[in-house]
Parts: sequence; C-alpha cells; structure tokens
Amino acid sequence: MHPIVRINISALLSQNFILVKFYGICPFMGVSKKIDTALGMGMAVTFVMALASAACYLINLLLIALGLEYMQTVAFILVIAALVQVVEMFLKKFVPALYKALGVFLPLITTNCAVLGVVLVNVQEGYNFLLSVVNGAAGGLGFTLAIVLFASVRERVDKTDCPECFKGFPIALIAAGLLALAFMGFSGLKIF
Amino acid sequence: MDFKKQFKEGLLYKNPVLVQLLGMCSTLAITTSLFNGIGMGLAVTAILICSNVLISALRNFIPSQIRIAAYITIIAGFVTIVDLALQAFIPALSASLGVFIPLIVVNCIVLGRAEAFASKNTVAASAVDGLCQGIGYTCALIIVCVIRELLGKGTFGGGILNGGEGIRLIPAQFPAMQMVMPVGGFLVLGFVIAGSQKLMMHLEMKIKKKEEAK
Repeated sequence: MHPIVRINISALLSQNFILVKFYGICPFMGVSKKIDTALGMGMAVTFVMALASAACYLINLLLIALGLEYMQTVAFILVIAALVQVVEMFLKKFVPALYKALGVFLPLITTNCAVLGVVLVNVQEGYNFLLSVVNGAAGGLGFTLAIVLFASVRERVDKTDCPECFKGFPIALIAAGLLALAFMGFSGLKIF
Repeated sequence: MDFKKQFKEGLLYKNPVLVQLLGMCSTLAITTSLFNGIGMGLAVTAILICSNVLISALRNFIPSQIRIAAYITIIAGFVTIVDLALQAFIPALSASLGVFIPLIVVNCIVLGRAEAFASKNTVAASAVDGLCQGIGYTCALIIVCVIRELLGKGTFGGGILNGGEGIRLIPAQFPAMQMVMPVGGFLVLGFVIAGSQKLMMHLEMKIKKKEEAK
C-alpha cells in the first residue's frame, strides 16, 4: 500500500495520537468539556502540527549539515514556540475570523506534546518532507477525531450520578479508557 | 523555609499527578513496568531540581515578557543532557521510554513549577521544591506502575528484579493484557486519582473534627 495512505489510516485509527500513543493528554482532558471548543482546539492543533512538521524537517537538515544533531530537542521546541507565535500574529492580521475561532487555543499548543511528539517521530522514522507533513496533518486529524468524540461522551458523563470521589477527572479518565478500548479494535487493521 | 510542609505538599496535598493533574502524558504512557516508572520518575526529578535552581538563580535577570521562552530553553537544555546521559549509561531505559524522554520538555510539571514557584522563591527553596514535587511524581508513577504491571502481566518489579523478568505473583494464563495497553493506563489512573480524592476527603474530615473538638 502507498505509504501516504498507510500513514493516514494508522495516524487516524490504529495509531491514534491520543488514545493509543498518549500524546497530548493535557489538552485532551482540559479542553474537552464542550464539542465546539474541542473542535476548535483540534483544528488549531492540526494546523500547527502540519506546519511544525514542515519547519522542523528543514531545521533538522540544517542541524545535520552543521553536525549539531544533539541540539534537536532544544531547536525543535524553540521552532514550535516561534511558529505558534507567528501563526497567531498572521491569523490576527489577515484571517481575523479564523483567529477568533482558534485564538484562545493557540498559545496552549506550544506545550502540547502531540506537536513535539510528531516532529520527533518524523525524525526517528526518517520520513521525507512530504511524508512528514502528511504524518503531521493526519496525526492532527486523529487528535481532532479523538477529542471531539470524547467531548460528546463527556457532556453526558458530567451529568451522571457517580460516587463523590469519582466526580470530575477520575470518571472522565475512565470514560477515556473505554473509548481507548474501542480504538484498540482498530489495531486489528492489517494494512502494513 | 518549611521543609516538612513542602514535602507533605509534594507527596500528598499538592501531588503533581494526583491533585494538580499535570504531566498526564508520561504518567499514562510509560507506566507498564516498575523499571520504567522509577527511571522516568528519577529523570524528571533530576530535571526538575536543575531547572528550578537555574531559573530561580536567574529570576531577577529574565525579562518577564520572554520568561516562558527562556524557561523552555533552560528546561530543554537539561532534558537533552539527561537524554544523552541515559543513552550512554542506561541504554535499556532509554530504549524503553523512547520519545517520552525528550517529551519531558513539554511536561507541564517542570514548566508549571518554574512559573509557579522557582520564579518567585530563593534558590534553596526552589531546589527543595523540585525535589519534593519530583518525589511526589515518582511515587504516583510507581503506584500506577505496580497496579498495571500486576494486573496486566501478573508480575512485580519487571525490568529490575529476578533478572528483568519480575517476580511472578499471578500465574501466566490469568493476567489481562489490556491493563498494560492504553486502556489500562486510563482506567488505573482514574481509579488511583479517585482513591486519592477519597483519602483527601477523609483527611479533611479528620482535621475538621479535631477543630470542632477544640
């Protein structure tokens, strides 16, 4: 199967970024109380992940040329932080409608480990430029899928009557566990 | 400086994982054996102490507008040092934790303590804070690890004891594999946090009763 198709399917389902690989749990738990905000966060993350994959691929070429591979972590996180800042300013100036929709989520993305995670995975797997960007975008879509699904589950979970000590975070984690169990079914997809 | 109070807060009342709910990614992802839990806990503790000390020492020199970027750069520097040291000296741990070592950079605990504590307190207090929060994080990881490993593999101390196999407590045909898979992470952490909330409520009740008795 073509590697682009393979990456897309695995990043969305069988290797879902949140529910299987555990990248980006903080926003997954923090911003999943309503479907609208979850969708906004997902779109913002997808956008930044695709851009960061592209930018960090180029930065990595530069680091290799200079023989500074050990600086990867430092360089990547700085690139991501700068990128998020630039995206925020660009959207504010030129696409105010999109900025309004994504605005509050953008600064949170710097410390989202899904973004740094996908960049590090790209380097480890040795993906070329195109595959890196595809992996970033597909990973972001997988993140969006999981967070939107979870938000709709959670809207109902919050209304249930559960023991006092389970209220809030613990019951949300258990709901996420059941969602992860459902996604485990996709690991049977033999596409490799 | 109140060492006892800081220690209690780190371990229980303000435990980074169980109460502040920070650093979830690593707590869920790598807690499949005792070896992983202890290794990750010690790595984060070391980074937390170093970054707290340096950030506290520089707190009067870093302009507040760019402080987050400066903190992240400092943290990333220490994470790189720990990552390379682990690759060189404990390659087994490095292979087993994989990408989650460099991801300590974006672990909210480290940045959270830098912003909430080290940027406002003296070097010594920050070092103690790093140590206490690190111990709290390690303890939470170990609890989750022990439960997941016992239910998922039926062993205790995998990676360290009994030549890496761990001591078998449940016969091999019984353990539920799912508990060492992602599902188990969510479920076990949910129950552990619920347990800690129950404990908190119990302690609060006790304190209230004592005050009323007075």
